Amino acid sequence: MAPAPQTMLEKVWRLHEVSSETADTPAVLYIDLHLIHEVTSPQAFAVLRERGLPVRRTDLTLATMDHSTPTRTEQIFGGAPITIDSAAKQVRELEINCAQFGVELLGLRHSQRGIVHIIGPELGITQPGKTVVCGDSHTSTHGALGALAFGIGTTEVGHVLATQCLLQRKPRTFALSVSGRLRPGVTAKDLILAIIGKIGVGGGTGHVIEYRGETIRGLDMDERMTVCNMSIEAGARAGMIAPDETTYEYLAGRPRAPQGDAWERAVEEWRKLPTDAGAVFDRQVDMDASVLEPMITYGTNPGMVIPISAAIPTRDNDAVFAKSLAYMGLEAGAPIKDQPVNVVFLGSCTNGRISDLRSAASVLRGRKVAKGVQMLVIPGSQQVKKEAEAEGLDRVFIDAGAEWRESGCSMCLGMNGDLVPKGQYSVSTSNRNFEGRQGVGARTLLASPLTAAASAVRGRVTDPRELLV
Amino acid sequence: MKAIEVLRARTVVLPGSNIDTDQIIPARFLTTTTREGLGRSLFADWRYDGQGALLPDFVLNRPEAQGCRVLVAGRNFGCGSSREHAPWALLDYGIQAVISTEIADIFRSNSLKNGFLPVVVDETTSSWLIANPGAEVTIDVASTTLTLPTGVSVKFPLEAFSRYCLLNGVDELGFLLDRRGDIEAYEQRRHS
Ligand code: SF4
Repeated sequence: MAPAPQTMLEKVWRLHEVSSETADTPAVLYIDLHLIHEVTSPQAFAVLRERGLPVRRTDLTLATMDHSTPTRTEQIFGGAPITIDSAAKQVRELEINCAQFGVELLGLRHSQRGIVHIIGPELGITQPGKTVVCGDSHTSTHGALGALAFGIGTTEVGHVLATQCLLQRKPRTFALSVSGRLRPGVTAKDLILAIIGKIGVGGGTGHVIEYRGETIRGLDMDERMTVCNMSIEAGARAGMIAPDETTYEYLAGRPRAPQGDAWERAVEEWRKLPTDAGAVFDRQVDMDASVLEPMITYGTNPGMVIPISAAIPTRDNDAVFAKSLAYMGLEAGAPIKDQPVNVVFLGSCTNGRISDLRSAASVLRGRKVAKGVQMLVIPGSQQVKKEAEAEGLDRVFIDAGAEWRESGCSMCLGMNGDLVPKGQYSVSTSNRNFEGRQGVGARTLLASPLTAAASAVRGRVTDPRELLV
Repeated sequence: MKAIEVLRARTVVLPGSNIDTDQIIPARFLTTTTREGLGRSLFADWRYDGQGALLPDFVLNRPEAQGCRVLVAGRNFGCGSSREHAPWALLDYGIQAVISTEIADIFRSNSLKNGFLPVVVDETTSSWLIANPGAEVTIDVASTTLTLPTGVSVKFPLEAFSRYCLLNGVDELGFLLDRRGDIEAYEQRRHS
C-alpha cells in the first residue's frame, strides 16, 4: 500500500520527532537551528547557570543583536556609547553569555550582524526541512525556505539551549492558496496584508499556514519571506512555502549552505519535502491576487486594513473599534488617501531586504522626501547595507533627504531609541501597528515599501501607482 | 514552578479584543536581563499618564479592582510578540489567570510554563463575565472547570501534560533533561 499523502508540515515534523506525541505527553521535537538575540535570552542563560547546565549544541546555536541596538553609525563603530543604559547592559550580557557558553555571536560590529530573521536566510543557515526557533514571533519568516520555523518564549529558549528539544503538540494545517497575478505596484506586502484582512488577526491560531498556488510560486525569496513573516499577524505560529528552484537558486553558494556533494545530496532531500498530491489540510482558504490594490492599515492591529483607495470602515456600536480610531485620530468613513504623514520608516524583518530597498528607491530616485517628513531607511542587515551601497541605493535615499543608518530593528519597536513622536503618523513597512509599538502615542500605518516611499514624497498617504509611470 | 490546584478569586474586566503583548508590557521595558519587577510596567501605557501618575479611570487602577487575581478579556488575548515578559508582568502584578474566548498560541504556551492559567470559554460564559466584573470565580485545574458565582460550571481546554505540570509544579525542563538518552539516540540516527 502506498503511504498516505502528507503535507509538508507533517513531513518536517516526523523527521524531527525524538519521540511522538501521546494522549498524555507532547512530542519531543528536535531543533536544527536556534537563533538567539539579546532581549529574550538573558533569563534563559540565567536558568542554565542556576542549574549548572551547558548549551547542548553550540554548533546549532547562533546569536546576534538587533532589537535594542542603536542604528547610529557613531554608536556602532565610532565609540559613542549606547544611550539607553539598560540596552547597553543587555548587549553586554549577551556578549558575556555567548563567551561563557561558547555560542557563536555575530556581535555589534560584525559584518554579518543584522535582524535575526534577515541573517538566517542570508547566511544560508536557514534551509528547507529544518526546524528553526528563536525567542521572537517573526521566526515565521524562515518558513519561506520550507523550514518549520516558529517563535518561542524565554523558558523554551532555555529548553532548547539545554536539550536542543522542545515539547510540542503538532499544530493543525492550513492551506492558503493564492492564484492570479499581482498588478504593477501591488507587492507581497500588500498580499499578506490582504490575507490578514481576510482571515483576521486570530484566523490562523493553532495552525501552520502553507502558502501555495501559482502566485506564491511566482514570488522571489525576498517576497516569500515578507509573506511568511506576517503569518504571526494572522495568529499562525508559522508559515511555510514549499522549496523549489527559486529556493535552491537563492541558497546556492551562500556561506553556510552545503557545498559540493553535500549540496547535491541536500537538494535531493529537499525535493521530497513539498506536500504530496491529495494530502488533506485541516483548513483551506483561497485568494485571488489579481484583484488586489496596495493595502494600508488604519487601526491598531494588522487586521484593520483596507485598499488604499477605500474609505475607513464604519462600525456602529463597536467600542473597541471606536477606541482604536480615536487612538489613531482617524474618522470612520473618511478616505485614508491623502492623510498627512510625519514619519516614514523603511526597514524591519518584513521589508528590510535588498529588494525592498530597491523597490523604494525606484520611487525616490530623482525625487525628494516632502518637507517636514522624516524618512528613516534601515537596512535589515549589514550585508544588505553593503549590497545597497554597492548599488548606490544609499545615495538615492540620502539625496532624497532620507536618513541612511546601520542595521537593526530600529523603529519597528520602540526600545532602541528610534521612535515615532507622540501623536505623529508613521507610514511603516514593519509588521505591527499596535498602540505604542513605534513609541508612546505613535500612530502607525503599515504598508509596502512602494507605498511608504510614495507617501514620503508627497507627505501624504499616496497610492504608489500614481508615481510609477 | 509552584503547584496550583484551584484558584478562587475575583475578576477584573478588560473587554477589548486583540489585546497584544505590546499593550501588556511595552517594548521599552524589555531592556531588562531579569524577570523580576515587571508588574510595575504592566499595561503601562493604559495605567499611567505621561508623567507616570496612575490614571484613576483605568480599570486596574479602580479601588474595586484591587486584589482581583483573574483577568477577563476579549477575544485573541496575548497576540503579537512572543515576549514571555507578558505573563511575567501579569504574575508579578498579582494576576494569575486570564479568561477569554480565544488566547493566542505563544502567550498560552508561555503562560503555562509559568503557572499562569489561560482559560478559554464559550461566548455565553464570556459575555456573562464581561457583564459582571468583580465576580468571584473558581478555576479548578484538576477538573478543568471554571465555576461562576451563579453555580454554573464550564469545562475549559487544558492539555493533559500541562495539567499534570500545573498540578505537580513540574517544569518541562526537568522532563526534557530526563529524555537525554532518547535525544542522543535521535542525534545518532540522524547522523548515520
Ligand atoms: S524588525 Fe521588528 S518584528 Fe522584526 S525582529 Fe525586529 S522588532 Fe521584531
